Amino acid sequence: MTTMTTVPIPRTPAARLRWAVHDGLTVTRRDLTHWIRSPEEIFGGLMFPVLSVLLFGYVFGSAMVVPGGGDYREFLLPGLFGMTMVFGLVITASAVVTDTSRGVTDRFRSMPMASSAVVAGRSIADMARAALDLAALIVCGLAVGWSPHGSFGATMAAIGLLLLLRFALIWVGIYVGLLLRTPESATALFPLILPFAMIANTFVAPGLMPTWLGYASEWNPMSATVAATRELFGNPGIGGETWAAHHPMLMAIVWPVVLILVFFPLSVRRFQTMSR
Amino acid sequence: MDTSTAPASPPASTAGATGFAILAEGLVKVYGDTRALDGFDLAVRPGTVCGLLGPNGAGKSTAVRILSSLLRPTAGRAEVAGFDVVRQPLEVRYRIGLTGQNAAVDDVLTGRGNLEMFGKLYHLSARQARRRADELLEQFGLTEAANKQPKNYSGGMRRRLDLAISFIMSPPVLFLDEPTTGMDPRHRMEVWHGVRRLVGQGTTVLLTTHYLDEADQLADNISVIDHGRVIAEGTPAELKSRIGSDQLDVVLTNPGDVARAAAILAEITRAQPTTHEEVPRVSVPAVNRAATLTEAVRLFDAERIVVSDIGIRQPTLDEVFVRLTGRPAESTAPLEGRA
Repeated sequence: MTTMTTVPIPRTPAARLRWAVHDGLTVTRRDLTHWIRSPEEIFGGLMFPVLSVLLFGYVFGSAMVVPGGGDYREFLLPGLFGMTMVFGLVITASAVVTDTSRGVTDRFRSMPMASSAVVAGRSIADMARAALDLAALIVCGLAVGWSPHGSFGATMAAIGLLLLLRFALIWVGIYVGLLLRTPESATALFPLILPFAMIANTFVAPGLMPTWLGYASEWNPMSATVAATRELFGNPGIGGETWAAHHPMLMAIVWPVVLILVFFPLSVRRFQTMSR
Repeated sequence: MDTSTAPASPPASTAGATGFAILAEGLVKVYGDTRALDGFDLAVRPGTVCGLLGPNGAGKSTAVRILSSLLRPTAGRAEVAGFDVVRQPLEVRYRIGLTGQNAAVDDVLTGRGNLEMFGKLYHLSARQARRRADELLEQFGLTEAANKQPKNYSGGMRRRLDLAISFIMSPPVLFLDEPTTGMDPRHRMEVWHGVRRLVGQGTTVLLTTHYLDEADQLADNISVIDHGRVIAEGTPAELKSRIGSDQLDVVLTNPGDVARAAAILAEITRAQPTTHEEVPRVSVPAVNRAATLTEAVRLFDAERIVVSDIGIRQPTLDEVFVRLTGRPAESTAPLEGRA
């Protein structure tokens, strides 16, 4: 048996692209395998939103007021879709810190692979999971009487906006994951993110909050996505005091783009500092 | 097997034009105010094991991370398998294996899944990666555990899988950064056995360790590193002879005699003895072996110091280490194995 006398090193842009795709898909497959092998993690991740459907939809729901009138569960579901996307940040961050703290990231870095592959694999796998989570919640919502009332196109656009928010949060998650030292610390992110998901239009219309809190809620990036999807789904509870609340469609695109513009370079820089 | 398929033995020429498999010249790595490496030089001949020894924080891991292209040096240059680690990282990465301090294996994929995934990331075809995985599982005694997840492996098995992954390309150069830290003695022996076999096939190994017996067992040459630079190098025997002579060891029956015995030995040898109250033992370099021994026995007898054992022996690397760095190596006793 002999060894490789010449090693395959990409020298043209086309070859580099082929490498990036091949390596990225290899890592994607690995990341997806993690979830296939641990379905309990997926169920665990969906527990909170599903419980929220039941708890808020039925227990607290009767006491909730939807501004402008309307069914509370119709109001609630888009909020839970948005919240699930936001919690995805913890999924991304904890996957990233698990790999760095166990030395797996260094192993990848010591191999002759496309440097984009680890991040590309992570984002493809996380988006696949987000789509699955969203599908499960939509089924759950349909079961409790929520439904989209807009056109098919509008419904797809709403789902697109939710996934756009999740995509933006992948970069926040990667950055946060690279800042953390242990996988355990990623669990601590959950209570930190909870207020972010609550001080929003998820469960309660910001108009019913104290003025300053209502303003903060309306400017919350998540609220923009949720308000925009309510509008596209034709669900109740639209409107508010601030400029942000009056332009949810615009803000549902602007916020994720801003997050990407800030956190994509930060994540790349953070990766690079690993070799500094 | 044709030349493009899975490799099994390192290429004939693992060295660059310089004739060294690993060459570092004046490596400097600065973090803020600290100089983790401060003019680090190293030259390792192909097919040998170089032990890099030093206390924690001496710069061992920094050196390994630069040589394995994970970290860019602030200054200086390095070549591994004939390629510049900064300018030709991909060439280097095809030719090295790296086993770090914690077993960098994927806990969720199976043992075989790990080998196949990393094989694909070395751009082997699916078929090649599968075949190579089979060979390595066999070679590292993991065939039976092939379809289990490493999180259910013992510490020794994880480390073997880690080594197997490092060996997918049969790399001409292998970096082992404290490969047996935290392992029980039996698993350390297994790793040593594996390393010797690889070296027998022509692989060059750079081994960092703070277990001196590990360096003594495996290394052809040892470089002692402290404060980011190599302060001594040579074969284990050369380093031991550098601190002079053989040692006279006296084990006493009565711990209360340690101070008096030390004074007597200092008088005879005109050297500073080292004492261990709890053993109780006194050691001192003995240039004139027989004369020192007889004189010591005569004086102990005259002073009525009861000796339970006395003998001449070669110095240990521990003593070399203390002499060179002024402090003992971190921990010389292996810890209990991790499950």
